[in-house]
Amino acid sequence: MATADVIEVLQERFPELGIEARPLCRYLDGRDSDQFWVRVPPERLIEVMTLLRDDPRTKFEQLCDLTCVDYLNYPTTADTAVPPQDRFAVVYSLLSLTHGHRLWIKVFVNDPDPEVPSVYAIWNGADWPEREVFDLFGIRFTGHPDLQRILLPEDFIDYPLRKDYPLRGKGEREAFDVVRRDSA
Amino acid sequence: MEYGLTRLDYAVDMIKKHGINWARKCSLWPLPFATACCGIELMHTAASRYDVARFGAEAMRCTPRQCDLLICAGRVVVKMMPVLQRIYLQVTEPKWVISMGACASSGGVFDTYAVVQGIDQFLPVDVYVPGCPPRPETLLEGLMAIQRVVREAGVKSSKERGRGLGLVAQSASSVELGPGLAGRT
Repeated sequence: MATADVIEVLQERFPELGIEARPLCRYLDGRDSDQFWVRVPPERLIEVMTLLRDDPRTKFEQLCDLTCVDYLNYPTTADTAVPPQDRFAVVYSLLSLTHGHRLWIKVFVNDPDPEVPSVYAIWNGADWPEREVFDLFGIRFTGHPDLQRILLPEDFIDYPLRKDYPLRGKGEREAFDVVRRDSA
Repeated sequence: MEYGLTRLDYAVDMIKKHGINWARKCSLWPLPFATACCGIELMHTAASRYDVARFGAEAMRCTPRQCDLLICAGRVVVKMMPVLQRIYLQVTEPKWVISMGACASSGGVFDTYAVVQGIDQFLPVDVYVPGCPPRPETLLEGLMAIQRVVREAGVKSSKERGRGLGLVAQSASSVELGPGLAGRT
């Protein structure tokens, strides 16, 4: 089973989604990568992911990674295939241990209040990656059992990996009480 | 009448001459607050080659209640700063603080939202040890600066000492290799 067959399975089961495989990258010599990503709308994500895990022809048992991209001010050229109105892409990196193939799923969501259904029920390993994406990008995963900050302090307000967040922060690193010698 | 000079005689003489602080300066108990690569140099300083035991500061304890010298080795992020402040408050009096390396002293290259730009904004610091990371010689120089403070100022509590001393240890300009290593470079 190659990745092309996986795309066929998806197109056969979800003809209304217009699923289209795009190469993950293009090399400097003009060749396209033989790994692919597909775009899935957030409201159909759970269906698609459940099929990808359970169908004997796809069998993606493992969620390798779950991360997010902020496409704010991303230059849209003819082959970037990212509509400018969609700001965030949640990226799921899947691996089938049975067939040895990989697939990347991108779910595009937009400001304000970006929401994506949680895949925790499909792969339990999505627990912490989803919390991390929530922590740093502010994307809310509906149905996640324990969606709270994982890396930053609990009272942190903003989402620092967003492109419009200033590198030096908004004063978080200066907001401490000063301990003096006579404080003890 | 002649007395044989023993080590005990020597110690008694020195204490008579310099006071009890001469002995106290060789009984520092460091707390290794090692958050980054400076911690490796700190371990290196404690290990056999540089041997911080020569300065009486080899007994590193990881609980602040048993320490009096806080060595902050490495960058401190915003989540760690309240922890460091609490640990500083828990260190027993009289206490001293060494800010080891560029990150602890100024944030170093990490000028980002998550890294505190110098622990001295929020804590009293006695000695800054420059370097990225500092060589063990430089850390020992900082430790000797603390020893000079103890010898001259004595073991005053923090309240009596007021603000942090803000000394800067001089970094070693050149390193002299031992006799066994001299021909190898």
